[in-house]
Amino acid sequence: MSTPATSATTAIEVAHIVKRYGDFEAVKDVSFSVDEGEIFGLLGPNGAGKSTLIRMMTTLIPLTAGRAIIAGHDVAKEPDAVRRMIGVIPQALTSDPDLTVEENLSIYAKLYSVPKAERVKNIDQVLEAVDLTKWRSAQTKTLSGGMRRRLEIARGLVHNPSIFFLDEPTTGLDPVSRIAVWEMLDNLRRTRKLTMLITTHYMEEADKLCDRIAIVDHGKLVALGTPIELKHNVPGANVVEVHFDRDTEEWQGRLEKLDGVTSVQAESAGFYRVLTSSGSTTTMQLVELAASLGETLTSLSVQNTTLDDVFVHYTGHQLRDEQVKPPVFTLPPRPGERP
Amino acid sequence: MNRLSAIVEREMRKFFRSPMLMVMSLMMPILQLLIMGNAFGGKITGARVAVVDNDHGPEAVKLREGFDSIAVNIKTFTTVEYPNEVQAREDVRTGKIDAAVIIPPQYSRRVYAQDAPVIGFVVDNSDLFTSSSLESEMQLLVTALTTPVIQPRLANQIALEIVELYPYVNYLKFLLPACIALAMYISVMIGGGMLYIDDKARGVHEGYLVTPITKLELVFGLNTAGAIKATLAGICITVIGSLMAGLGIVFHPWVMLQLLALILGTSIAFNGMMFLLMVRVEDPLTPRAMFGVLNLLLFYPSGAMYPIASFPWWLRALSVVDPFTYAIHGFKAIILKDGGFQAIQFDLFFLFVFGIGTLLIATPLFKRTL
Repeated sequence: MSTPATSATTAIEVAHIVKRYGDFEAVKDVSFSVDEGEIFGLLGPNGAGKSTLIRMMTTLIPLTAGRAIIAGHDVAKEPDAVRRMIGVIPQALTSDPDLTVEENLSIYAKLYSVPKAERVKNIDQVLEAVDLTKWRSAQTKTLSGGMRRRLEIARGLVHNPSIFFLDEPTTGLDPVSRIAVWEMLDNLRRTRKLTMLITTHYMEEADKLCDRIAIVDHGKLVALGTPIELKHNVPGANVVEVHFDRDTEEWQGRLEKLDGVTSVQAESAGFYRVLTSSGSTTTMQLVELAASLGETLTSLSVQNTTLDDVFVHYTGHQLRDEQVKPPVFTLPPRPGERP
Repeated sequence: MNRLSAIVEREMRKFFRSPMLMVMSLMMPILQLLIMGNAFGGKITGARVAVVDNDHGPEAVKLREGFDSIAVNIKTFTTVEYPNEVQAREDVRTGKIDAAVIIPPQYSRRVYAQDAPVIGFVVDNSDLFTSSSLESEMQLLVTALTTPVIQPRLANQIALEIVELYPYVNYLKFLLPACIALAMYISVMIGGGMLYIDDKARGVHEGYLVTPITKLELVFGLNTAGAIKATLAGICITVIGSLMAGLGIVFHPWVMLQLLALILGTSIAFNGMMFLLMVRVEDPLTPRAMFGVLNLLLFYPSGAMYPIASFPWWLRALSVVDPFTYAIHGFKAIILKDGGFQAIQFDLFFLFVFGIGTLLIATPLFKRTL
């Protein structure tokens, strides 16, 4: 039995959900809601718990605690009703490489029990939407990475879902294909009035696509809002990136004393990111200071606050820090080699 | 039902798009039939036997005429004259010749005097098969020489009269039932076990699990497809193997029906077993590692190559629960003996019960979530 939707405009409601694997808590008391027609982004580094969250919402893994309501149906109590309402694009490319584009879509439509006449119509429509009509008879293994990703998206739409979950939809794509996917998703949202929940670790993707963004780090939701709101919450309107030829310990203190500066982050040797309320004033003072001290600037740039800065502000570390982890194992020295 | 058929459709389309799977399922059993069928079970020919004649009497000549007759007719061995026994023994030991016949001095006199005449026969018993064949041939020759030319009216010895129920079964024909079962096992192992785990590892199952398909539909869809693939492999190898072995009986409609029932039962049994073994496996390397071990554990204790009656108790116990045992027994009963449904009814019963039973155990173990 279906239960009525909790709210006419709420497509997804997640309340205090937790996922534990033994002693490890992958998702820690996360709550948020997504309105109908909204594109909602879960932004975080690899291992932050984004995929675990999306898998709980799509019935793939059970919740340890909390509640998730998708299109008015409780994930734990009515998983089948939830599955009928959603389309899911997993992180991996899961379309069958031996089957043709059309066969892949047809089989998935059958798995959703879409009647034959509707199936044929839907396949035509989704192929048109993802611009794969002329490739409908091609074997999937002959398609490029970007085309395969578009096929995955078409497959998730073939039964006309009302909510669409996309787990890192552009991972592994080149910049051109990535932009094509963004345009396609934006177009789908407008033409099909879909609610979308996207996980990503690309700041630009979240910034361009999402109406609202939830930043997830170490299984916790650390910030939630529109991209503009999140950026406004970061002290300082501009970011000045400066690279000194010679690094000294005093630079951190010198930079903090400049007018308008709200925070200074040392990125690497001689490279600093300075958050400031006035990019132009800080830049002028910085150049003057360097000249008076006889120091050389290797590079200097001024830009508006980005989601990168938002992420650093809320989590205290860079998103890329999590993506590129240091090797766990170091090779022992060769025989005779000095350590 | 629509969703179940979608799973079957996907599996079958994949199967026919990858003809290599079908070829590889059939290749090993066909090669086994071709090579083992011709390598084993043949008669020994052209062995070299030394003759050391220390008698040169009339009975020794009769004996040597017997050797010549064998060399010309059934060609089990040819003889080589040796001057002395020591050299002959040494050459048997070093492998220059396969055996040596020593005709002692006074042999003819002892035959006429009925004074326990003895012929020495030196064999290389490290090669049991060759030495047994030569011994058997020599024994026949000696028996023929001692049999009186005129048979007594009343037989004074017990005679055994052997009646063979079936036409001569050469090793190629004997191997065919085992090869059919083996082809189906390989088809299930590759087309069911390995592909299933590969799909799991590639995330294809994740795609299924987000759809409203039920656990039963998914399990029965995968198993139906697996059973169809194994049945096709079974039919192909039965036809090809029968043509190779010269067994026309399989093309009789009634026999075809019996074979089809047995192939279906075997497919269901093998699939159920494989699904039970693989239902919780995640690592794609596991089925590959299990392939050889399972083959050894299931094929050889089944009586495919050697009679179960010769096994120790623990191996017999394994053969009792091994679906290969019943599949091979059934195929032998139909192909080699034309035994009809009566001869295979227990095999069919066991295979279907085993298949359905293992599937019923595997179904609750199948995880509908990741």
